[in-house]
Amino acid sequence: MVTPGKKVKTFTIDGKDVSGTEDQTVIEVCRENNIEIPTLCHLEGLSEVGACRLCLIEIKGSNKLLPACVTHVREGLEVITASERLKKYRVKLLELFFSERNHICSVCVSNGICELQNLAQKLGMTHVHYPYLFPKVDVDASHERFVLDNNRCILCTRCVRVCDEIEGAHTWDIMGRGIESRTITDLNKPWGESDSCTSCGKCVAVCPTGALVEKYKNAVDKSFKYKKDKLKFLPYLTTMREVKNEQS
Amino acid sequence: MSKVSEELIVNTDTTENITKVKAATIWLDGCSGCHMSFLDMDERLVELLEKIDLVYSPLVDYKDFPEMVDVTLVEGAVSSHEDLAKIKKVRAHTKILVSLGDCAITANVPSMRNPFGVEAIMKHAYIDTAVTKDIIPNEVVPELFEYSRPVHNFVKVDLFLQGCPPPADAIYFLLTELLAGRTPDLTKVSRLGK
Repeated sequence: MVTPGKKVKTFTIDGKDVSGTEDQTVIEVCRENNIEIPTLCHLEGLSEVGACRLCLIEIKGSNKLLPACVTHVREGLEVITASERLKKYRVKLLELFFSERNHICSVCVSNGICELQNLAQKLGMTHVHYPYLFPKVDVDASHERFVLDNNRCILCTRCVRVCDEIEGAHTWDIMGRGIESRTITDLNKPWGESDSCTSCGKCVAVCPTGALVEKYKNAVDKSFKYKKDKLKFLPYLTTMREVKNEQS
Repeated sequence: MSKVSEELIVNTDTTENITKVKAATIWLDGCSGCHMSFLDMDERLVELLEKIDLVYSPLVDYKDFPEMVDVTLVEGAVSSHEDLAKIKKVRAHTKILVSLGDCAITANVPSMRNPFGVEAIMKHAYIDTAVTKDIIPNEVVPELFEYSRPVHNFVKVDLFLQGCPPPADAIYFLLTELLAGRTPDLTKVSRLGK
């Protein structure tokens, strides 16, 4: 989307001539031009954090890999989105996600509609080369309607951002560092006892995996439209963000 | 990877004396679902058996693993010394080793015990929830490793067919592609948890 009053920059992505305004990121221009880049933490309508690193791109003239979601467009950029090197790194990243927690697809309620699982197939991850860590991770089922299963969490922080930026409750946060990081509600109170949570379910709708799910619902049971409203939810996020930007 | 199936071609003698491809399957720490899926190939099994000799498997009656097998499909994770001894023997006597299903590839359901530790899990299974004798078995059944782990953590695996279980169509695709001397791209026909 071209913002009025912003300068237009022209550059190339995979040899294709493209243009975008100076406030746009490479990923936005890619999506506008139907150039596929895999992402997990990026969600239209939410702020960018560059957490999952799946959208790494190469820029000609630099040996650094840059995340497309937080790289702004510049005049004359030569972006490469799908070199062999990038493809290899993306599969390695997926393998690290799988090895870090207990992602057991066959028994997961999000089996079949999980973005991590789908990307693993799409990007051709045959198996995980790294040793699995098998950490002991807690499940918080104290909320009346929802469950937080940290076994499946990839720390994308979509829940943290949607709760803060759209719902305005800021119930979610990340506690700890590195592989000890955990998604928490309030100041690590059980979710069911949270004072700030409004039970709106936005966090559940945006979660890419089975870390945040609705109780008594799973992807296998076709009678539930479980999490299938995610796509319908996106325009809402974008509209809310625009309204917020206009007000500020 | 292309080397994998070339080896198989050598064994598929197209002259008058047709040598059948020797195939085997083995069952480690899994639920046998992958073998059920293998049987779900139904009448296509008859077609396959014209080209394949199933020389060792829980589905046939041979007791010893043969000297050399062309393709072995392994179901299940490695969870004990017994599993490890079996898979080492199989690897030494197999040209193409295929991890069949999520347990062999990720340790899947058997790995769900891993975060809790062997002692806790044995106590829960044999004492806390026992209805007759509350004794933890220490003979006949093999002692568990601390973790159930994927097969490729112990031996070299040549191909990976994901799924819980992999669909019969995917197993058929794997075998027919190998018979045709091609290395199949298996992520196209199945995925984790399928």
